[in-house]
Amino acid sequence: MSTATQTPTPSVVPQVPTAPAARHEVRPIPMSRLAKVELRKMFDTRAGFWLMASVAIVAVLASAAVIAWAPDEVINQEFFSTAIGMPLSVVLPIIAILSITSEYSQRTGLTTYTLVPWRGRVITAKVLVTLAIGVVSMVVALAVGAVGNVVGAAIAGLDPVWNIGVQSFGYIVLANILGMLMGFMLGVVFRSSPAAVVAYFVYSLVLPGAFAALAAFQGWFRDLQPWVDVNFAITRLFDNSMTAENWQQLGVTTLVWLWIPLALGLRAVLRAEVK
Amino acid sequence: MISVESLTKQYGSFTAVDHVSFTAATGRVTGFLGPNGAGKSTTMRVMVGLTRATSGRVTVTGRDYRELVNPGLEVGVLLDASAQHAGRTGREILTIAQQTMGLSRTRVAETLARVGLTEDEAGRRVRDYSLGMRQRLGIATALIGDPEVLILDEPANGLDPAGIRWMRDLLRGFADQGGTVLLSSHLLHEIEVIADDIVVIGQGRIVAQGSKAELLASAGTLVRTSDPSHLDRLARALHEASVVTTPIDGGLRVDADPELVGEAAHRAGVVLRELRAADGAGLEEMFLQLTAETAREGAAA
Repeated sequence: MSTATQTPTPSVVPQVPTAPAARHEVRPIPMSRLAKVELRKMFDTRAGFWLMASVAIVAVLASAAVIAWAPDEVINQEFFSTAIGMPLSVVLPIIAILSITSEYSQRTGLTTYTLVPWRGRVITAKVLVTLAIGVVSMVVALAVGAVGNVVGAAIAGLDPVWNIGVQSFGYIVLANILGMLMGFMLGVVFRSSPAAVVAYFVYSLVLPGAFAALAAFQGWFRDLQPWVDVNFAITRLFDNSMTAENWQQLGVTTLVWLWIPLALGLRAVLRAEVK
Repeated sequence: MISVESLTKQYGSFTAVDHVSFTAATGRVTGFLGPNGAGKSTTMRVMVGLTRATSGRVTVTGRDYRELVNPGLEVGVLLDASAQHAGRTGREILTIAQQTMGLSRTRVAETLARVGLTEDEAGRRVRDYSLGMRQRLGIATALIGDPEVLILDEPANGLDPAGIRWMRDLLRGFADQGGTVLLSSHLLHEIEVIADDIVVIGQGRIVAQGSKAELLASAGTLVRTSDPSHLDRLARALHEASVVTTPIDGGLRVDADPELVGEAAHRAGVVLRELRAADGAGLEEMFLQLTAETAREGAAA
């Protein structure tokens, strides 16, 4: 059996047209291309498109609701941003979850990981693209909130109140990025859309309620809660009052609830069989 | 060329693939034949890095799959035509592959034409595709990078007879241009129609391999005499030539090629009514037996 044509060497022009290995100049796949493809995959289905569109729709609806129903004294930029930010902080982690799990639930991973067998690079591209979408969404939300603030103040006959600084916007961005990383973590741990979404709601709705109840009825837990409850620690970012202790609590809780499971999940993604 | 060397894959105590070794040669279409659950798909997933082997190794064009810098340009892979996002159009799925490989945009339309999907069909969402259309789209994804090796798992599934003939011609042309093709099937007929070489797997083990001609020849020769009473004389003559014979209705199945049987008949002065290669009867028997064993033990994929 002929093994003369095993390694493609771009500089050698084949004299025999049937020498298949030398037909191409094969170049590695750059990360920018992977990111572009992953971005495309987020928008190219109806479900994906409307999930993305929901970010903008949520921002506009929330602003409209504030203008329509909120009392005049809360018509300020911070209130608009909070109104938009709450639903956004639910949608963004779900976008992060689905970017990972759709490869498994829809079984597209069979093609994706065959064309790009270095799964870590695929995941990196997904994380970069999703975080970029998150940051852009928050800038859009800030802009929609600002328009809402101007319109709302004009309707109420007030001067617009601008009370979001660069720092507090930065905290909000950080809080949402942590939320999206939570989504990735659940995505790589469960590798199934329904399981990961359910786990996300347990994480973001059931656990905080349970911790709050425990803190309310058990005195010993009250001081412990900020060190255990990751949502509690992240919520401090929205309050714009981060002390050194708050940062430590954020570090400890995210280590346990985010970084360690994320590392285990990534390890599983790299090793698990794709079927 | 694809080379599989003593590949083993265990799931707990279950051995799905057991020391499998074979080669798919350049310029030939190799058929990977076995009943459902025999280990074909597992072997193919290991080939392209989706599953880790317990031991052994696979090289494609002399390298480990993960060493290929842009695999789509070197190896075209179709493992499951239905493993696609149902909400994407056929053209979109092919465009994703084209962009991942960094090919020119015109290749999408060219490749769609090559696999016989119309513009209209390409614009439909995959959930509305028949299995045959999905297979064509999957083959398009495998072909778009103009690779030198094709690895196709059950590509003829869902194709009508005309589709199977189309695939045979396509793969024949691909191999004739110096490409390597490995395709699997659980249907002997499909493999017979398409493949040059055959590797038969059952319960994780290779049970037979060789060129189609060899495997069919090993099924022996079928011979019938004009006068039934002469059959014994022919059988004796063949036994003297140390050839094994098996009586079958009105004739003999002989473990030798037709030429030797003809010579023996000539020497014995027996007039023959029929003399021909026993087309694949042996292979078919072996394959049926494999299928029956697997079905009885209820082994799953």
